[in-house]
Amino acid sequence: MKYILMMHCPSTGYDSFGAWPKKDIQAHIAFMHSFNKALRAAGGLISAEGLANPHEAKIVRAGNDGQPITDGVFPESKEFLAGYWIVEVENAEQAYALAARASAAPGPGGAPMNMPIEVRQVLSGPPEEFL
Amino acid sequence: MTPQVLDARAEHLLRDLAPQVLGAVIRRYRDFAAAEDAVQEALVAAAFQWPGEGVPEHPRAWLIQVASRRMTDHVRSEIARRRRETAAAIDIDATTPAPGLEPETGEDDTLILLFMCCHPALTSSSAIALTLRAVGGLTTAEIAHAFLVPEATMAQRISRAKHSIKTSGVPFQLPSHEERAGRLRTVLHVLYLIFNEGYTSTAGSQLHRPELSSEAIRLARAVYRSLPEDAEAAGLLALMLLTDARRTARTGPAGELIPLTQQDRSLWDRQEISEGTAVLTAALSKGAVGAYQLQAAIAALHDEAPRVEDTDWPQILALYDLLKRMSGNPMVVLNHAIAAAMVHGPATGLELLTALDADERLRGHHRLPAVRAHLLELAGDRQAAIANYQAAAALATSLPERNYLITQAARLRES
Repeated sequence: MKYILMMHCPSTGYDSFGAWPKKDIQAHIAFMHSFNKALRAAGGLISAEGLANPHEAKIVRAGNDGQPITDGVFPESKEFLAGYWIVEVENAEQAYALAARASAAPGPGGAPMNMPIEVRQVLSGPPEEFL
Repeated sequence: MTPQVLDARAEHLLRDLAPQVLGAVIRRYRDFAAAEDAVQEALVAAAFQWPGEGVPEHPRAWLIQVASRRMTDHVRSEIARRRRETAAAIDIDATTPAPGLEPETGEDDTLILLFMCCHPALTSSSAIALTLRAVGGLTTAEIAHAFLVPEATMAQRISRAKHSIKTSGVPFQLPSHEERAGRLRTVLHVLYLIFNEGYTSTAGSQLHRPELSSEAIRLARAVYRSLPEDAEAAGLLALMLLTDARRTARTGPAGELIPLTQQDRSLWDRQEISEGTAVLTAALSKGAVGAYQLQAAIAALHDEAPRVEDTDWPQILALYDLLKRMSGNPMVVLNHAIAAAMVHGPATGLELLTALDADERLRGHHRLPAVRAHLLELAGDRQAAIANYQAAAALATSLPERNYLITQAARLRES
């Protein structure tokens, strides 16, 4: 089963991360590096991406003429997707456990951040009995 | 059946033979796109059979035979398809072996194939993909993996590229004498892009994808062997070797970027440095100095300094002066400003950077504020340096570079 783990942060999150003490920034980066490495080594990682700073983020929809209509940049209060993992697991519980590990990534002073991670199942092909 | 793994020597042999086999099959059957598919199938067959049965006595002939059998099957089904579709006459020329075409040497074939795959009608991403498959002998899956895109995406890209080659009607031969210099520049540029993609990784969280750099070096070596008198082909090979020599020292244990000035120089690959230096020295004595030779010469000066403080900055600045006159690339202007700052002080470097503020090509690019931050730090303007590191971090599109810039800002805040 595939799950996507989505890490959200407020639009100010990128700037406040950059304002942490140097050793805390390094500890956070090292945590993410070894978390991804372990996931990849265990064969459970489909993909993981970090997204660029949302200061230029836009919402696009097509107008009546099919041309893009853009909306943004957004107010401070808005939450943004900061990055995601797509993982292959046996069941939902395993996905929750991985999300909890990512959520506890070290923040300022090395304390776990316990940031919100949205966990959703990824729709796959037909169940095996129909193949 | 699960394939046993080919040992490194057989794998190397297979990849070296790939363009020679493809050359022979194209000569015989003319159809580039179908021949390329047939050779891929022969390579896959070899990867399955050789580990168990051993490498055949005449591996090149074995591969040509298997690929030719696939071609015959392809031709038969083509004829059947055309019969079904139309009763009209079949274009015999395109489907039967062309007699009397004597095969030339394998290295010439590699060069001809490189010219075909790096055809100016292709976009650089198509040329890169096709080169890696047809000349490098990599599978579509391997290329897709190296570029972090789905295999289907890469298969599409390759088949579109092959279609363009087919419709452009390029004959399977070296470009005419008048065309050759311009076409060679495109080939070298494609190899340079493959190397860069492997070395700096524009996408994803890993800084290096060494398989791409190694492949670029292997292909640059093949061009150099075929055209030993071309100074820029030598310059490109030297540049790759002298840059790749620093690869291991460039990343720390947590995947972090380590800049040239802070690298552990004992980790640099001495063998690559001495080979690169030898290739470069021979090229420079030939006269016509080009941009790859100049960049290689700059890389060599860095590689030759036992400690960072031993770097010959005046010489590097002189080379960047030449390079700047030769190319309008804003990245060259940026590096020139750094060298000028190391020789004449940061104020000179910062002044040179102001010329780039209006340059559209650098708008939104992190390198300009990153270099400015570095020079402001050298000038002792801590606050402005921090602001520029942060601005650069917000623009960076590679995770290791973003992390490096954020860490630099934090280091300065705490100093």
